[in-house]
Amino acid sequence: MKILVCIKRVPDMESKFKVDADGTWYEKTDLAWRMNEYDEYAVEQAVQLKEQEEDSDLTVLCIGGDQVKETMKKALAMGCDRGAHIADDNSSSKEPFEIAGIIAEYAKDKSFDLVFTGMQSQDRGSAQVGILVAELLDIPGIATIVDFVYSGGEVKVKRELEGGVKACVTVKAPLVVTCQLGLNTPRYPTLPNIMKAKKKELLSLPVEDLLKVDSRQETAKIYFPEKKGGGLILEGDAPELVDKLIQILKEKTAVLA
Amino acid sequence: MKIILVAEYRDGKLLASFNELMDFADKMGGENVMFLVGGDNDLPKYDGKLYLADAGTFGEYSPDVHKQLILDIVEKEQADMVAFCHSSYGWDLAPRVAFALKAAQVSEIVEIVDGVPVVPVCNAKLRRDVQIKTKRSVVTLQAGAFGLPEEPAGTPTIEKVEGDLAGRVQFTGYEQPESGGVDLGKARIVVSAGRGIGKPENVEMIANLAQALGGEYGASRPVVDSEWVEHNRQVGTTGQTVAPKLYVACGISGAIQHLAGMKKSEFIVAVNTDKDAPIGEAADVLVVADLKEFVPLLTEKIQSL
Ligand SMILES: Cc1cc2nc3c(=O)[nH]c(=O)nc-3n(C[C@H](O)[C@H](O)[C@H](O)COP(=O)(O)OP(=O)(O)OC[C@H]3O[C@@H](n4cnc5c(N)ncnc54)[C@H](O)[C@@H]3O)c2cc1C
Ligand SMILES: Nc1ncnc2c1ncn2[C@@H]1O[C@H](COP(=O)(O)O)[C@@H](O)[C@H]1O
Repeated sequence: MKILVCIKRVPDMESKFKVDADGTWYEKTDLAWRMNEYDEYAVEQAVQLKEQEEDSDLTVLCIGGDQVKETMKKALAMGCDRGAHIADDNSSSKEPFEIAGIIAEYAKDKSFDLVFTGMQSQDRGSAQVGILVAELLDIPGIATIVDFVYSGGEVKVKRELEGGVKACVTVKAPLVVTCQLGLNTPRYPTLPNIMKAKKKELLSLPVEDLLKVDSRQETAKIYFPEKKGGGLILEGDAPELVDKLIQILKEKTAVLA
Repeated sequence: MKIILVAEYRDGKLLASFNELMDFADKMGGENVMFLVGGDNDLPKYDGKLYLADAGTFGEYSPDVHKQLILDIVEKEQADMVAFCHSSYGWDLAPRVAFALKAAQVSEIVEIVDGVPVVPVCNAKLRRDVQIKTKRSVVTLQAGAFGLPEEPAGTPTIEKVEGDLAGRVQFTGYEQPESGGVDLGKARIVVSAGRGIGKPENVEMIANLAQALGGEYGASRPVVDSEWVEHNRQVGTTGQTVAPKLYVACGISGAIQHLAGMKKSEFIVAVNTDKDAPIGEAADVLVVADLKEFVPLLTEKIQSL
């Protein structure tokens, strides 16, 4: 069985962001980076499937500059067999249709049985790439899964809907699924597996060979939202903060009465 | 500008979010029509043309089929835009429609400023103005970003959609969340634990503060997903909606899905080490502090009052 998992490298959302010189994305220096949270669930599920099915081969794909190889190594240490790095220093300015186009172009003649993506990226958050890849490859795609069972070519998934309701769906491979929080508990790579990962194949391919679609949208401008104000910010030593907060709760609410 | 508004229907009921689509259409101006795979039993109060496909025939979840139905209507109406809610239904369907129409899709619109769609970036810390380069477009609207101030009261002119279509996936039924347990909706005070608590042992710290205040404790989703707290205490779109007199968010960043479950609280206090955490926008007071230090001190002080 051939499996593909697509991951993105994103900044830690607790970082202090700045607008870049063009004013069309965030400044990429001085940030802490990690694997997109949703993609960790995708990698874990792909690795579990690989462990379940004999003779399977799991590729992790990531589009981005050289730095993303760090993140790919984590996926390799979690259990992916090989890495396909699509080298692109401008990946952050590519819109979801271009990203999906690149992935589909890479995947089109490799007959993957299963493609895993995250349901959304934490920075761009378009929630489009996975389903677009499915459409481009002309195979079924199912968004936002929280449960996945594969058996003999048939896949049973649960999609998470609002209010905690789940929809149960059965479909035949090949297909694409986009992974939601709570699908599984991603494993921590162990030291021996981190060492082993260093020897795994990690090939870089130039993005120019794979980008065959045109962009359909652009970012005109990126900026900080206007603070609506109203909210009071308290800073200082903890004991002092406690007193201040209690004072406010006494004045503004009836909860301490 | 002609927009197809795609309303949603689940488990035999229309979802109230159709009203957000209507408000969006009003703000965009121009003509619009609504589309629903649903039933006669529960119709949107929409004063206009409603293309109604029967959920019994076409299925509540059947992406290939729903996509084709929408494409047929876009063709028939010569529409310029298709609007979805940014929901589990929209995430699944919108990209398919965009792909087939060779249209740009703009996801999670929070606002339209002078005709330009604005979307959030990085957990709402930043915003982006999007420029669409295609003739037609597909959009999804952030939950709660739009909405008519009053209950709509119209009656739609129904045009039934018939057909015989088959899809590649088989929907086999819904699974309801486990019920029972705590009803956070009734609590006067709710103190919630977010991922910022760091480890399961710290849930107790949050529960203690809740108890000192005479309230209940809740949690954000990652805390529930990690099984540190049971699901019936989760606050947010996929958990409970609460509106207590006081909500204290400890180590919670303030993602839209969490805010949706607690922003109607009367008074909101957030405790967070990150001064720029988006929860600050919703909070009446943001205490910039390490919760591990602050919460026990606060609990002690309240107990001694
Ligand atoms: C379809 C869908 C449905 C969802 N439904 C829900 C839902 O119902 N409910 C929900 O909550 N989420 C839901 N989410 C998830 C949501 O998008 C966020 O991922 C989640 O709310 C983040 O939880 P958090 O704030 O606890 O964690 P994080 O976003 O990781 O934030 C942790 C915060 O803790 C702060 N912090 C860290 N250390 C400390 C410390 N020592 N002291 C004080 N502060 C600290 C950090 O600065 C940060 O702001 C849903 C997501 C999707 C896609
Ligand atoms: N640069 C990238 N490289 C590889 N996969 C990506 C990239 N960007 C997005 N993806 C995949 O697409 C998913 C959805 O992203 P998005 O549509 O941007 O929200 C992510 O969770 C990843 O699985």
